[in-house]
Amino acid sequence: MSTSKTLDQGPARAPRAGPRPGRRARPRSGGWRATLRRDWRLYSLAILPLLFFLIFRYGPMIGNVIAFRKFEPGGSLLGEEWVGLRYVRLFLGDPTFWNVFTNTLVLGALTLLFCWPLPIVLALLLNEVRSRRLKRFLQSVSYLPHFLSIVIVAGIVMQMLAIDGPINQIVKAFGGEPTAFLQKPEWFRTIFVSSEVWQTVGWGTILYLAALTTIDEQLYEAARMDGASRWRQIWHVTLPGIRPTAITLLILNLGTFMTTGFEKILLLYNPLTYPTADVITTYLYRMGVESSNLSYAAAIGLFEALIGVVLIVSANAISRRTVGAGLW
Amino acid sequence: MTPTRSRGHRVFQVINAVILTGVVIVTLYPFVNIIARSFSDERYILSGQVNLVPRGFNLTTYRIVISDPMFWTNYANTVVYTVVATAIAMTLTTCYAYVLSKKHLKGRTVLIWVAIFTMIFSGGLIPQYVLVNGLGLTNSIWAIVLPNAISVFNLLVMKTFFENLPSELEEAAAIDGLNTYGILARIVLPLSKAVIATMVLFYAVSFWNSWFTAFLYLNEAELFPVTIYLRNLIAGATGAESAGAITAEVSQAAANIQSVAITLTVLPILAVYPFVQRYFVSGVMLGAVKG
Repeated sequence: MSTSKTLDQGPARAPRAGPRPGRRARPRSGGWRATLRRDWRLYSLAILPLLFFLIFRYGPMIGNVIAFRKFEPGGSLLGEEWVGLRYVRLFLGDPTFWNVFTNTLVLGALTLLFCWPLPIVLALLLNEVRSRRLKRFLQSVSYLPHFLSIVIVAGIVMQMLAIDGPINQIVKAFGGEPTAFLQKPEWFRTIFVSSEVWQTVGWGTILYLAALTTIDEQLYEAARMDGASRWRQIWHVTLPGIRPTAITLLILNLGTFMTTGFEKILLLYNPLTYPTADVITTYLYRMGVESSNLSYAAAIGLFEALIGVVLIVSANAISRRTVGAGLW
Repeated sequence: MTPTRSRGHRVFQVINAVILTGVVIVTLYPFVNIIARSFSDERYILSGQVNLVPRGFNLTTYRIVISDPMFWTNYANTVVYTVVATAIAMTLTTCYAYVLSKKHLKGRTVLIWVAIFTMIFSGGLIPQYVLVNGLGLTNSIWAIVLPNAISVFNLLVMKTFFENLPSELEEAAAIDGLNTYGILARIVLPLSKAVIATMVLFYAVSFWNSWFTAFLYLNEAELFPVTIYLRNLIAGATGAESAGAITAEVSQAAANIQSVAITLTVLPILAVYPFVQRYFVSGVMLGAVKG
């Protein structure tokens, strides 16, 4: 610890701080001046990172006022004049907004439904592999898609679903007609969720596999003594062992619920599939960036962010209450 | 453990082997198929006959893509953006993580929450877009580098690592007269090679793969990273940009070029992946310690 000579003791400092000598010494070690004298080098290291956070993270938060102000491209970053809730009322009355809102919820829910539990299943299966080398090989293969750019994944999806691609070869082999899947709204959800599963499930097993190794072998032995079958061992020993990990990841997934896969959707959708593929973020991208209705788009974005915050905060509260642990 | 496994267990092992084999096939098949397509003759692709091996082997499409100077310009851009962005991100992240790891520091809790709050609430796409445009960063490398300079996840991983370093060494160095900068540069960083390697890889992969920032802020083709080059090939094929759907024939003509471009961008990742994979795994573990 830095018990250097500059560290003033409370009582020695007290007389200078106030006129009355009998005053209670401040509990903290020295005032700000002493702290700065001792730690200014540390604080100086924080300046550039703090500037980054202030400008590029908190700046846009403040920039959200353009949701309530008229914004002119080229004008003030914070808009020209207050318009109150005009843009909020506009998007609440916009049928396209409600369509993209529904799509966001459906795609988010489907993604959560598959991408949260499947890594647990895969981790349990991998955990049963006895050969260590084989297990390592399987892990390496299943992690691989995680490292690809979304653009590459989108490219792969298109190649797989092309009229002449492997999926349509299978369709033809079973006597079906080749389909342009990416131009059919009814297929978009399946395609999107499958590609998410393909890319994320393997990587998602890492934390579970680590948690599985920490489960005490004696618990399994005790369960076997009691005559527990394999399934009961999994149910009563394995699953409780990985529960904290599972809950943490569930909260994290809920935090990104509203923006799920938006970059991939932007690459995969087209006007034909908008009825099922268009989500809030893609809609506000088109409204804001392509059509320059920045205030309107900011109002939608703010609404989306608020739902996201409510989701993650309530998930955290629920998990604190039910299992006694949350993210914070 | 019982020496003789039950029949039920053996059945389970067989089922497990089948499922895991399926996982391997589903994961790897797209790569093999796209590489096979990239070497194939257009006629075989169009008639849907290319599967695991190239049909009508030829390098014509490779020659087309490789001789496109824009492809190499964009590839070089990706390298430059990745190197510069990673260097800046590492500097900022290391400094801040070191500050946050000092438990005695006054105001530390506030500094930590400044970072963590941005994980829970983000300003959103549109205000960020307005800001970067307003700062005049558009069409420059800074639009790619600066808005994503610190990942809070990486920051917390490094902070946890620094907190777990033995404090005696730093104290001894302080008594020897090294100041904070000296301690960080000569004592802490040499002890942190493992975490630094991991963080560099995390950042480098995310910058190498990123496309959306470039898509938002860069309008000149000479500035694009290779992901945008690929994206534009793809967008041509789905009609994402055009008003309606385009005919199957038009999208087919581009199919072969797409496979070649995908192969050429994936290859460097596939080449280094086996050697660096374990660093990523250890990085995720470090992050999980904190939760």
